[in-house]
Amino acid sequence: MAAERPATAPATRLPGRLLLGFVSLALLAGVWAIAASVAQSRVLPPPGAVLAFVWDEALDGALWVNLGMTLARVALAFTVAMAIGSAIGIVMGLHRFTDRLFDPWLVLLLNLPALVIMVLAYIWFGLTEAAAVGAVALTKIPNVVVTMREGARALDPALSEMAKVFRFPPARQLRHVVLPQLQPYFAATTRSGIALIWKIVLVAELLGRPNGVGFQIYTYFQLFDVRAIIGYSLAFVAVMLVIEFCALQPFEARARRWRKRDA
Amino acid sequence: MLEVAIRSKSYAVAGGGRLQALGEVAFSVGTGEFVCLTGPSGCGKTTTLRLVLGLEGEFEGTVARADGRVAAAFQEPRLLPWRTVEDNIRLALPPELADTDLDPLYATLGIAGAGRLYPGELSLGMARRASLARAFAVEPSLLLLDEPFVSLDEATAARLRALLMEVWQARPTAALMVTHNLREAAELADRIVVLSARPGRVLGVHAIATPRHERDAATIDAIVREVVRLTPFGQP
Repeated sequence: MAAERPATAPATRLPGRLLLGFVSLALLAGVWAIAASVAQSRVLPPPGAVLAFVWDEALDGALWVNLGMTLARVALAFTVAMAIGSAIGIVMGLHRFTDRLFDPWLVLLLNLPALVIMVLAYIWFGLTEAAAVGAVALTKIPNVVVTMREGARALDPALSEMAKVFRFPPARQLRHVVLPQLQPYFAATTRSGIALIWKIVLVAELLGRPNGVGFQIYTYFQLFDVRAIIGYSLAFVAVMLVIEFCALQPFEARARRWRKRDA
Repeated sequence: MLEVAIRSKSYAVAGGGRLQALGEVAFSVGTGEFVCLTGPSGCGKTTTLRLVLGLEGEFEGTVARADGRVAAAFQEPRLLPWRTVEDNIRLALPPELADTDLDPLYATLGIAGAGRLYPGELSLGMARRASLARAFAVEPSLLLLDEPFVSLDEATAARLRALLMEVWQARPTAALMVTHNLREAAELADRIVVLSARPGRVLGVHAIATPRHERDAATIDAIVREVVRLTPFGQP
């Protein structure tokens, strides 16, 4: 349908879009710099001071250790939440009885604040890595379950019948018939999941871990060092952007390639 | 090859109660025989086919199939949208046929060169051909076709019927085709099984003596008139 679409406007082409993105960020930094120079306050440092702090932390090595620890916790909690949540979600989507039995649990968990789960996990299991990662995963699992349950409910019976008639072995059916149908749901929950999990990991680190971005922010909060707080936050946001552009988007583009050749 | 002896099939309907879809339906399809199942809409043609395919739950009676591969072409092509045409067909192949050269089949069905396209890039007629190619590629001993030419324009449908006969005659298997189109049945079938309105039961079975290649328009008209005269089922 490419021919029927209006000619691509320059701003929506990739180089143009990238350029506009940079201009937008530069504008934000400019506003920040002006505000900082007007305020002349320790609680609103200029962008240059934050960059200098990040540079020093990077040279010192502390930045990498803390980013690495947080990233490892995010990755672990994410993997656990996706694996367990997807399995439960698919089962609930396919079996009405299981769905009805456990749906109230889901509603309860969905409405339980992450902070409560975190605090209880630390009290019950101690200030351990497992408690931190487990609690973060537990806050995300209900969201994964809800999304994947929708995906499982939307599985096309016509394709399952086709696979049955042609005697697809189970692994082939899973890989070529079921998973491609769940992919959009998987992508949606991945995207919202990573964004949610890294924020909760920070809370977990603040409450009970001796390192990581959350721990650093807590430490510098006590020192009232806004430069460091913003520096660590931006450094981690940068890491998440790299993951978004280098992992999530290429993966989604690959999974979507059958939809429209020209899209 | 296929012995169908259904006594009754019913469905639970919303709000309780059951709807009887099929009554006594008994017929057989031999190896190398092309049988068409026809009848008024809603009479249970597709239900019968689905029972044969093992896609329906409980029913009274028996469906006996000889061992061997089964293939089907459904009303909708039922191709995996996220796999290319070639992959769709290869995925359906049993291991012993994995290395088959499918190009001659593609050429016969007129889809040579379409193998690398995704189903969303095909017209309905092309998708139907791909669906037929998949059914023939598995070299089934029982082939089931559910209105494979419905909602195509008549010229395309006629061309596809001719192609179907060409591939089927190259390797005649037991074939059962559901169609509401009596002319189509008269053109293709060795025997026509006519079902009554719901709950469907067999009104009659017509063997067609005229060899397939001698059936011109006039012969087909005569067959249709004869079938309607002997087993009037309310729809020409």
